[in-house]
Amino acid sequence: MKFKTFAMFVGPSVFLMLLFIAFPLVSVLLNSFQVTQPVFTTQEVETCSAGFLTQNCVTEVKTIPVLDENGDTVTTTEWVGFSSYANVLGGQRFVDAITSFDLGALLRIDFWRALRFTLTFTLITLPLVLGLGLAIAVVVNNATKAIKGPVIFVSLLPFIITPVIGGLSIRWLFYGDGIVTVWLEALFNTDLSIAANGWAIEFLMMFYRVWHVAPFAFVIFYAGLQTVNQDTLESAVIDGASRWERLRYVVIPHLMPLIVFITLIHLMDAYRAFEEVIAFSSESYRITLQYLTYDYLTPDDAGNRAISSASASAMLTMVGVVILLAAPLRRTWQEHRGR
Amino acid sequence: MSDASLPRAMRQPLSLKLASNAFLLVWLLLAAFPLVWILAMSFKSPVDAFSSSAWEVLTGPRTLSDGNGVSIVDIVLGIALAWLAIKAATKLLMPMTVAEGTLHRIFNWAVVALGFGTLFVIGFFFFLPLVAAPLEGLLGPLGQPILGITTEHYQAVWVENAFYENFRNSLIVTVGVVTVSLTVGTLAGYGLARSGSTLAFWILIIALVFRALPHSVLVAGYLPVFINSAEILSPILGENAPTLYGQPLAVIAVLVSINQPFTIWMLRSFFQNIPVDLDESARVDGCTHFQAFRWVIMPVMWPGVITTGLFSFLLAYNDFLVTSLLLDASNQTMVPAIAGYFNRETTTTDQVEAVAAAVSITAPLFLLVMIFQRQIVSGLTAGAVKG
Repeated sequence: MKFKTFAMFVGPSVFLMLLFIAFPLVSVLLNSFQVTQPVFTTQEVETCSAGFLTQNCVTEVKTIPVLDENGDTVTTTEWVGFSSYANVLGGQRFVDAITSFDLGALLRIDFWRALRFTLTFTLITLPLVLGLGLAIAVVVNNATKAIKGPVIFVSLLPFIITPVIGGLSIRWLFYGDGIVTVWLEALFNTDLSIAANGWAIEFLMMFYRVWHVAPFAFVIFYAGLQTVNQDTLESAVIDGASRWERLRYVVIPHLMPLIVFITLIHLMDAYRAFEEVIAFSSESYRITLQYLTYDYLTPDDAGNRAISSASASAMLTMVGVVILLAAPLRRTWQEHRGR
Repeated sequence: MSDASLPRAMRQPLSLKLASNAFLLVWLLLAAFPLVWILAMSFKSPVDAFSSSAWEVLTGPRTLSDGNGVSIVDIVLGIALAWLAIKAATKLLMPMTVAEGTLHRIFNWAVVALGFGTLFVIGFFFFLPLVAAPLEGLLGPLGQPILGITTEHYQAVWVENAFYENFRNSLIVTVGVVTVSLTVGTLAGYGLARSGSTLAFWILIIALVFRALPHSVLVAGYLPVFINSAEILSPILGENAPTLYGQPLAVIAVLVSINQPFTIWMLRSFFQNIPVDLDESARVDGCTHFQAFRWVIMPVMWPGVITTGLFSFLLAYNDFLVTSLLLDASNQTMVPAIAGYFNRETTTTDQVEAVAAAVSITAPLFLLVMIFQRQIVSGLTAGAVKG
């Protein structure tokens, strides 16, 4: 295919990606070093109120925003270097926490709290998703043919459902006097208050994520199981391999590329976890890195959005993405060069 | 237990069979229970919906005593009608959608589905009560209401709270995203599949990196620009420069772009499955690349396009982050709108309305899985199995 034809086919897509992905990235990078603020001036204001014989006058110095001829506030954009980053990382509080080796204080700073949770969340859910997905796939593969279709249908539901709604449906089972909470209380004869317990919420968020992603792993493993070489399995049986050994030494090595694929996708997706925070209203207990940026971007009570802090936290989130992708990308590059 | 037709590696002792079936059952319960439960809750009065007894949530005694209940006659009639509807849909309507050409077929599908839906709603909500009322009188105890069910929360959500506006916005955004995303993505996917150049390799790699980006990172880049876009664009467009913040069109463009990396990867893997000989023979006959694409590839590419379209639809329909930040309240789509519901939850009635809204959002997805289960599975595996 000639370059010109190729360009005409690929052009629109590349243009969109440049305009809406590459360009915003550059603009985020720039914004993270700048702060845009309204310009304020100080003005002496004399306010008088009626009094007996003489007026009572008070003169005070007020800070008021400067308005231009249209009545809009004038803003300045200042180059502030790394101060937004320092802000997001916690500034003085961070230094104090580090010098006194106080992990608790460090985790009270939003960014480190989000980082701690995001990493725990990602790393704990990964083996669970792989394990549960593989277990379902093996079981369905051995099941009677007639039930396979309905089983796949039901299994797909948690995966296909809107993440916020999926989270909510689990939240309603547990929060307040949710039905499962009532069962648990009856079982252990205690009083549970899930919505006010950070660790319980953390557990629920992980539970939701595994429930949501395991079907994806299941479908992919199930497709992989169809291509396992039956002759190899038969010879393993003849050689006296047990069921477990067959799984361990024949099936799992065959599925290895799929395991790597799911791991990569899951790490990417769990690292940018976000909907869990919304669905479980966990912002005062557990937040994720992506929620941190979202929170800076939402207008506060005065209607201001902390764009520069959001940009700084976005760039810090990016560091994780780069670390995550470095290894697989290097391998792909070496394979490409080797060809 | 030695079933001779099975290969030896697949045979299982009885205990293992029982254990694995038990595991499967537990998984299915786990997968379906939260969804079935919110469905049950959404039809009950608040007292029943948040009752601590599971039995009361299912049967709804309070809802029943409020005068909203159905009798055995209603249930039997309802099930019969539903069964007839399914039979009619599969036996009578499916043949009606047969047509030449995929676009034509999709159009027929849409028309028939819409007509069928309307008839079903009329039959269920107007015709059924008409028949049921006299029957209940005749049958005595069988006609007594026994199961509490109410649709008042759905009415509150859809009619009083104007959820249909959010639905319309969701529809605009999803239809826009799917159409544009497929048009642009199909061209790019074809180009990438047929070109072995280093440039194509790099585009794919960079797209993979883009796929991993958290969406909030990108939105942080859009927001300042979109809010001030009238000012920024005014030197070029003059007075007509639009403020992009709050515009569904801007959100469509954003979601299409965010979705492009995934779309081109998936479509590329589908196009690679179409033999190159096909377009090469067309080229030998004197077609240009575009003509080959239009007349030879397009007729056979639909399975891949439909599958990719499904995933584009899911992305746009399920999105919370982008739409909640880039659209204002008047243009809000369904998913961010529901977050507003449970944030201001003060009474249990508000909460049940949130549940009803959640079920309303889920229902189309349920239908989607029912109709397109095979395509979804093939789409999930297309990327993975071929690497």
